Amino acid sequence: MPLQIPEIPPEATALIGKPQYEEETEFPIEMSYVWNTCAAVQNANPLYWDPKVAEEITHGQITPPTMLSVWFRPHHWSPGVVGDKKPMRAHFDIKEILGLPEAIVASNETIFGEPVRLGDTLFTHQVIKSISEVKTTKLGTGRFWVVDVETVNERREHVGSDIYSFFGYKRA
Amino acid sequence: MGITVLKELTVDQVKEGQVLPSLSHSVTATTVVLGAMASRDWRPMHHDKEFAIHRNGTQDIFINTPNNAAWFERFITDWTGPKGRVGRMKFKMSKSVYPGDDMVLSGRVDKIVIDDTDCCWLDLALEVTVAQQVCTSCQARVAIPRDEHDNPWDRKAARWKP
Repeated sequence: MPLQIPEIPPEATALIGKPQYEEETEFPIEMSYVWNTCAAVQNANPLYWDPKVAEEITHGQITPPTMLSVWFRPHHWSPGVVGDKKPMRAHFDIKEILGLPEAIVASNETIFGEPVRLGDTLFTHQVIKSISEVKTTKLGTGRFWVVDVETVNERREHVGSDIYSFFGYKRA
Repeated sequence: MGITVLKELTVDQVKEGQVLPSLSHSVTATTVVLGAMASRDWRPMHHDKEFAIHRNGTQDIFINTPNNAAWFERFITDWTGPKGRVGRMKFKMSKSVYPGDDMVLSGRVDKIVIDDTDCCWLDLALEVTVAQQVCTSCQARVAIPRDEHDNPWDRKAARWKP
């Protein structure tokens, strides 16, 4: 029997184009996660390992551009925080409103602006850009939706835009 | 720390259609978990095999999206050297990469573009394959120096148009 996917509820449509979840980073940007990231992929780029090279090329230590989304993921646990603090809340909201139990990132495009520097504080907000018609893939039946995450630093310089396409689905 | 020897790719060394040196890596559970933890991605499908199989319907834990991006960035800057500045990256994951997979990153230069600020861009077509099956395809745009006096990292605001 084909899976039944309901119409898009009005509360989901109302979120399209609305900036949500303005946030700032929970800690000043630091090198430990940079080294962990470089170690995880064996990245020997001296920009991240040799402060003299960083000073010469980037006028101080910076972080790998592709770490942009890393800085906004919440700690797995924080004192006083009750419940599951999910990143990409705009995405999880849509997933819940649409009643789709599973979701994956189908594609991701990131545009990198000013480099993120040690000690920076970053600010971001999320915008639902679109929700698709019902689609069926090998994973199941559901909908695609697109979330843009815009980020600036404390100098209000554009640091990056992260554009995610998700597929939320019921398993076949 | 030893002396850092800098590699520096300039545009005169690049041609459209040029193939980048490939990179192979044997993926283990540690690879997946290291990447997930480094990117602060605590979701269980990247460290809990039972959850991945029974909730996500995948065969095992799998490499997460930010770590996929980190692998592509490393692949690009291994080739360009540290003055290579990634401006844009888009990728599409069609299959997951699991422990036990021999992952290969490969790519070619699709296009060389000099923009109206004189910034030299390379449009790259990249892939992650396992057993010659494409798992992730990636279009990346990286700025490299025109010559030894140029440095893409010096560009700001209107002079940086990725």
